Amino acid sequence: MSTTTFKIFRYDPDDGRDPHFQTFQVETVKGMTLLEALYWIMEHKDPTFAFRSSCREANCGSCAMHINGSYGLACRTQVDNLKPPVVIRPLAHLQVLKDLVVDMKPFFDNLKAIKPYLIPGDDPPEKEYYQSVDDRKKIDHHVDCILCGSCYGSCPVAYGDPKYLGPHALLKALRFVDDSRDGATDERLAIVASEFGVFRCHTIFNCQLVCPKDLNPTGAISKLKNKIVVKKFPFMKPFVRT
Amino acid sequence: MIFHDVVVVGGGLAGMMAAVEASAKGAEVAVLSKIHPLRSHSGAAQGGINAALANNPDSADDTPERHGYDTIKGSDFLADQKAAITLADDAPRVIYQMEHWGCPFSRMENGKIAQRPFGGAGYPRTCYGADRTGLYLLHTLYEQTIRLNTRYYEEWMVLQLALDDSGVCKGVIALNIPEGKLELVAANAVIFGTGGSGRIFGNTTNALVNSGFAKAIPYWAGIPLKDMEFIQFHPTGLYRSNILMTEGCRGEGGILTNKDGERFMSRYVSEKVMELAPRDIVSRSIATEIEEGRGFEGGYVHLDLRHLGREKIMERLPGIREICLDFVGIDPIDTPIPINPATHYTMGGIDCDKDGITKAPGFYAAGECSCVSVHGANRLGGNSLLETIVFGRRAGEAAASYVKELPKTGDEATLTKAQKALADRMNSFGRPGGTEDPYQLRTELQNVMTERVGIFRTGEELEEAMKEIKDLQARFKNIRPISHSRVFNMDKVWIMELSGNMEISEVITAGAIRRTESRGAHFRRDFNKRNDEEWLHHTLATWTPDGPDFSTSEVDLSKYPPEERKY
Repeated sequence: MSTTTFKIFRYDPDDGRDPHFQTFQVETVKGMTLLEALYWIMEHKDPTFAFRSSCREANCGSCAMHINGSYGLACRTQVDNLKPPVVIRPLAHLQVLKDLVVDMKPFFDNLKAIKPYLIPGDDPPEKEYYQSVDDRKKIDHHVDCILCGSCYGSCPVAYGDPKYLGPHALLKALRFVDDSRDGATDERLAIVASEFGVFRCHTIFNCQLVCPKDLNPTGAISKLKNKIVVKKFPFMKPFVRT
Repeated sequence: MIFHDVVVVGGGLAGMMAAVEASAKGAEVAVLSKIHPLRSHSGAAQGGINAALANNPDSADDTPERHGYDTIKGSDFLADQKAAITLADDAPRVIYQMEHWGCPFSRMENGKIAQRPFGGAGYPRTCYGADRTGLYLLHTLYEQTIRLNTRYYEEWMVLQLALDDSGVCKGVIALNIPEGKLELVAANAVIFGTGGSGRIFGNTTNALVNSGFAKAIPYWAGIPLKDMEFIQFHPTGLYRSNILMTEGCRGEGGILTNKDGERFMSRYVSEKVMELAPRDIVSRSIATEIEEGRGFEGGYVHLDLRHLGREKIMERLPGIREICLDFVGIDPIDTPIPINPATHYTMGGIDCDKDGITKAPGFYAAGECSCVSVHGANRLGGNSLLETIVFGRRAGEAAASYVKELPKTGDEATLTKAQKALADRMNSFGRPGGTEDPYQLRTELQNVMTERVGIFRTGEELEEAMKEIKDLQARFKNIRPISHSRVFNMDKVWIMELSGNMEISEVITAGAIRRTESRGAHFRRDFNKRNDEEWLHHTLATWTPDGPDFSTSEVDLSKYPPEERKY
């Protein structure tokens, strides 16, 4: 066992204090994840400490946060790999509700704006839609997004413009555009070609760097741009949310 | 007070499916979930979902009837047979439904949904999307609720069920976690799709949020829990963290070896079945190897995937590889995975029928929190994702039809009374001057359950466990006061969860003491044979202030006579 210094972002709307950092000395053991360290603080030092978590296996997307200068999942991060003092902040550009808990509503509202559900091209058959192995491969990886928000937090464009749809929503848009069963490609391209869509992306690659699932939203955005250009789609049109 | 025609509690697969179906049938629906729906533990299911689609060349003559029979045999004949057959019959239809909604299943060369072999099944019947089937289903269903504009109350944790004087369900009391307020939610029907409770145990594959609390809520309200002594131990939890290593690993050809490199399953089952025996049998086999000194130091054996080759692992089991790299720093392409059995699933739950109907009119249950029973004493892999969708749908339909003619107003008097009962319960622990550390108690309880109410049980150890549980319950009353913070008071949330664990651990253990036989996942060393004469019935536990009051109900054996279960 050893002791590691953590500096943790704290904010409680009720206690009259400005947001600040609080230092904790955490008893760490080999193999301990950052999520376990946060629980150690909550259970041993301060029961008012708030953060989200659920699966503890990098699958549910609850515990995305800012960890020593980058974004990622607390449960997937080994404390041993973090240089002390370990500095923990909430996801960026989302309103902090308390400590590491942010309001994810704008993130999910942006997702909803791209119509994130299959809009089938044909009436459903009696059994399953035919999809070839190669066609299924086209949506490999895109369908693995867990919507944790790491990419959104890391995106400087999302920082400057809350209306920007964001890497998560644009990756999801490509997931449906590339799905052989989906019949709404033009409708989807019109949405992502609009003023708050793909052409706001500055190709900074932060989203790709931080993605805990090794996905590539920047690449997805480039593919969408390419499809828009090839189709000579009108772009940067005003976008009306439905 | 808020009113909704149908209130669904839980935003996992069972809950969302119930919500979608109830609104499709014309009811006005809201979903209350203590976490965002996408954070639900349904998303952690990996290997697949069973349906006799006969897509795989090796399953050309598979039928729902055979699926039903395998489920019943797997249950060690404790499943209600008509219900198990309903599960199998409804399966193809709900799988096609999910596919039509966009679920990205893996595909066979012929463009159909891919199927793999799973334990206890006569055919490759488990439909899959790589090893992320639960994640894909969860996201697909969530996407449909976006399309339908389903009303969610996210991060609202239900604390109390409101039944009126004649036992009719009138709504729930919930903690609005972001605002720290108690909310009265009136409803004509309430559907629980609240999932499992693996975190009563220490060594579990389950998410941190899967406590016993959601089962305790209806139990405290007088609704019986059924077959709670049957706990499934998954054979392959990752050593130390107990993260699930899907049965799909073995379905794809992975083998189990002990420290001598021996493929030990041949000692326990026929050469034909080997690693694909049902979970209860494989878990006992692994535990025996470890107990008899053939495990590795620290208590684990190997799940070896190396012979599958890089390509197959990358295509079929990419998530397993990722977990191994992230959590133990090994790559299963060139290193065997250290695994041990881990608490995985509760076969028991809220006593209900195949339409989710319970003892309380207006209160429904579906998914892992419920006990229909289709799994009996042991659930087959691939049947739990299936039950969430099949029975979530049926409960949604039943609730929608129940509320059709009812007035669209809430019963405020009943909710106020329920709020008072909740306050009394919450005041029974954490009083000023209390000294016990709740998190310490949680760990102690988890250790008792893991060590004494595990894979192998004896009357003596169970009695010891019960004594310790009673002691922990008494100490729980003396815990320190709960944190007073208003917004996101996670201390309150975790202590409420623990209060449920304290109750449900007693129900599990008392049921296990009572059942002096071995059936499915419940194995008693002192009664190591199945005893149909005395024990071929369901256990029902009803809450009393002095502990569970037990009764029994009949098992539906209308189709297949019980036989010895051999693999």
